[in-house]
Amino acid sequence: MLSEVNYLLFNAVLLVNFVACAVYLVFFFSQKEHLRKIARIILLSSGVLQTLYILSRYLIAGYTPITSQHEAVTFFAWSVTWAYLSFHWRYSVKNFGTFVSILAMIMLVIAAFASRTFQPLAPALQSMWLPVHAGVSVMAYGFLALAFCGGLMYLLQERELKSKRFGFFYNRLPSLESLDQLNSHCLTTGFVFLTLGIITGSAWARQAWGTYWHWDPKETWSLITWFLYAAQIHQRLTYGWRGKRAAVMAIVGFCSVLFTLWGVTFLLGGVHSYAQ
Amino acid sequence: MPSEMILLLGVNHKKTPLAIREKLALSSGYDEPLQLLGEIEGIKEYYLLSTCNRVEVLVAVEEGADVQLALSRFLFGDALSPEEFQKYLYCYRDSEAVHHLFMVAASLDSMIVGESQILGQLKEAYRYSSDKKCTGPILNRLLHKSFSVAKRVRSETEIGSSAVSISYAAIELAKKIFGSIEKKRVLLIGAGEMAELAAEHLVGNGATDVVVCNRTLEHALDLAKRFNGSAVGLDELHEQLGRVDIIVSSTGAPGVILHKKDVKPIMRDRRNKPLFFIDIAVPRDLDPALNDLDNVYLYDIDDLSNVVELNKAERDKEAIKASRIVDEEALKFKDWLAGLGITPTIADLRKKGNQVVQLELERTLPRLSSLTDKERKSVEKMAHSIVSRLLHDPMIYLKSESCKDQSAIKVDMFRSVFDLEKKK
Repeated sequence: MLSEVNYLLFNAVLLVNFVACAVYLVFFFSQKEHLRKIARIILLSSGVLQTLYILSRYLIAGYTPITSQHEAVTFFAWSVTWAYLSFHWRYSVKNFGTFVSILAMIMLVIAAFASRTFQPLAPALQSMWLPVHAGVSVMAYGFLALAFCGGLMYLLQERELKSKRFGFFYNRLPSLESLDQLNSHCLTTGFVFLTLGIITGSAWARQAWGTYWHWDPKETWSLITWFLYAAQIHQRLTYGWRGKRAAVMAIVGFCSVLFTLWGVTFLLGGVHSYAQ
Repeated sequence: MPSEMILLLGVNHKKTPLAIREKLALSSGYDEPLQLLGEIEGIKEYYLLSTCNRVEVLVAVEEGADVQLALSRFLFGDALSPEEFQKYLYCYRDSEAVHHLFMVAASLDSMIVGESQILGQLKEAYRYSSDKKCTGPILNRLLHKSFSVAKRVRSETEIGSSAVSISYAAIELAKKIFGSIEKKRVLLIGAGEMAELAAEHLVGNGATDVVVCNRTLEHALDLAKRFNGSAVGLDELHEQLGRVDIIVSSTGAPGVILHKKDVKPIMRDRRNKPLFFIDIAVPRDLDPALNDLDNVYLYDIDDLSNVVELNKAERDKEAIKASRIVDEEALKFKDWLAGLGITPTIADLRKKGNQVVQLELERTLPRLSSLTDKERKSVEKMAHSIVSRLLHDPMIYLKSESCKDQSAIKVDMFRSVFDLEKKK
């Protein structure tokens, strides 16, 4: 019974998120204000459904559902959606929702193609640290994904302004200043979560394997990602790196995040690999 | 037809790129070029307009005089070969020239349709020409008419209400870069009218500090006082760049005054905070390569026009209405011009005489019921001859040689004296 609800819930998430995405796109083209409100309500419903889906999976499995490919990506989509919905930038950054809803949609589609079967939890993962470590890390990814969207929008708008053609995007994208602030806010928040994720992971490793750090590929890549973001924040604070460079760095950093999430799992293996 | 014809030659922002217009802009003022114009053979009346978007010569010449080549030489000097400038130049005659002038005055030909600066520029240019007695009855009338056409367009259409100008476009852009102009600092390089207008808009939108940087400090101080700002000399320009956000440059300098290599180190000092340059000078003050620097945005007048292109559609509707007014007025002027010939004036005068006779006879004859048909004929005949006699001398005067030289002035006066306009 519960597994049927679970199955239907995910399909509902897919459908509702797809509608939100479509309405956001129509709004992006037509710029009719009432569509934006409708799209936001639909995206909010999608966020609620995603939460319910993750809860139902938790109830069935009996552990935090974040260990398989499907679960991790769904969690990722959830964190992107809620990171967007819970912060005030959505008011000031014009048309941000369109980009975020597309990103969340891509995540959900990837999750839909992954296996949804429940796997028994490996003994090493049976710990209180699992929800803490994985939850914090995925929240970090959510904010870093927002910074990525902001960076993409910044580059688009900057290109319009520099080329002086003032076409389609010029009207629809927000000011460079607000995108740069978005970048700064999301990176800072994301970076704090990322740091916490690495610290909790390290504490867990100490408990499970006896050492704080043992150069598992995922650990190594997390560290590389962490350094990328740390360097960027450092440059912003000391030399005033901003604008285009910050936007490019946010995109590069996010690519590293994606590689940590998928590349490592499929190419390099290690203890973090999801149950196959 | 009158013995004069009207000719208008020019270049504007539509056909000619900024790089070419820069070479033509008359930075030395109107005096010298007007004198040069007067030396061209065959020109009777002349007028010259030079703004940052256009240079136009308007002349009245004797019928048959071929001055087009001489005029284009005057405009382009040695800057371009004749084949080249044919590409950029437009040339209108008679009613087309009138129409074009009205379009310009009504701001329908402006880069930013509906902006009001052009009328002031037109009036100023006319003042120079008329002070130097370069204009005569035709151009005086034509230019005065163009001012009233502009007023009519402004009051009967909504074209000016969106308050659009270069400055408006600049503000739109500033908002896309800075989000808001609140608390932004403005630096004006050059203390001209354009700079003043731009500063007014920026301050009106929330910019706080205004610094005026000018070669002559005195002018800078005058302008700075208006905005409670400060004034500095040109040598302090680089230092100021570290402190401001928006720079409006409008000097009459012949070359570039700020290069890429000057601004690059400044960006480090200001921790990459964006700099927004607006170059409204022709020729340009700022190195176009500035735009290649990160976080530096540079726009010249042509670029700004692209911004305004965006909300052009809304104004197009009003522009159609305005064009109709211009068409109407151009037609009226054409009629007036056609009447300026001696033959039509004589015909008009005869017609008027006949009308007066007819009117008076119709009024009087019914009361003289005792008259026989023969007597009645005699009265009619007498009335006609009185009028013909009275008009005989003026007509001889009109046909006389002394009149031919300045026929336009005299015919115009003649027409006013006999009130030959109203029936048109």
